[in-house]
Amino acid sequence: MNSSVIIFPGSNCDRDMDVALKKFGFKNKMVWHDDDKLPKSDLIVLPGGFSYGDYLRCGSIAGKSKIIQSVIDFANSGGLVLGICNGFQILTETGLLKGVLQQNKNIEFICKNVFVKINNSENKFFENIDKDVLEFHIAHNEGNYFCSEDELKSLEDNNQIAAYYCSSDGKVDDKSNPNGAIKNIAGIFNEKKNILGMMPHPERMIDKYLSGEDGSKFFENLIRNLK
Amino acid sequence: MKIKVIVTLKSGVLDPQGKAIQQTLNGMGFENVKDVRQGKYFDLDINENDEQKAKHSAEEICKKLLANQVIEDFKII
Repeated sequence: MNSSVIIFPGSNCDRDMDVALKKFGFKNKMVWHDDDKLPKSDLIVLPGGFSYGDYLRCGSIAGKSKIIQSVIDFANSGGLVLGICNGFQILTETGLLKGVLQQNKNIEFICKNVFVKINNSENKFFENIDKDVLEFHIAHNEGNYFCSEDELKSLEDNNQIAAYYCSSDGKVDDKSNPNGAIKNIAGIFNEKKNILGMMPHPERMIDKYLSGEDGSKFFENLIRNLK
Repeated sequence: MKIKVIVTLKSGVLDPQGKAIQQTLNGMGFENVKDVRQGKYFDLDINENDEQKAKHSAEEICKKLLANQVIEDFKII
């Protein structure tokens, strides 16, 4: 399986993602934002970081970069696109995903482990995953997901909410909401479920001794679903 | 032609920075400050002599980049 990670000026989780993808069997290529063609890929990843220094709004400048039109075309033709953290922000800025990531409610940069509950596993990202509560890491200042009431209703009606922040035993409540995200939303899909954006970082959870292995479960499962 | 653009959060959208500024002002003794909303201001120098054309460009620029209309409104002045 071939994957590509797009590097923007200011991306800083691109190499972690490269390590994670290769560890679980992807043949990964790094793609510079100023290129206009994507290599042949089964998965495109927009990594975390601070693309273009978070100028204007997080992800807004990256959302207009040269490579993005190819990513949009790839996504619209059904290709699998994963946006983590800043990648999620970029996906909302391109319009591929609904809503926006606002500043955290407590105006603090949050860096900690959280639990997320997988809400929809009828898609290539989570199908057959053997756990429905996963421990991932978050590190963001703008992770407070917001959308209009109509958009929220359509996300719920089409089962587009990918994951909710929850407690270790899977309870979705205010206490386990780290950033004020509407309805505890940690990640969403597009309507066809081939695009996933989420704030938590699975690529930081792939080492038994350093972090725990819920990210390993995510990537092992993903590549199995793509084969 | 110089065009000024102001981008503000839509009413009803949470503005934690504005809230923090308001609380600070209250703490400094400006107790009469009831609410603060923070926004962005842009000076655009557009290579057009016709005001209508320049404002039309500015509007497109706001819609496509300067404002995220999910949460923000813009004003061209």
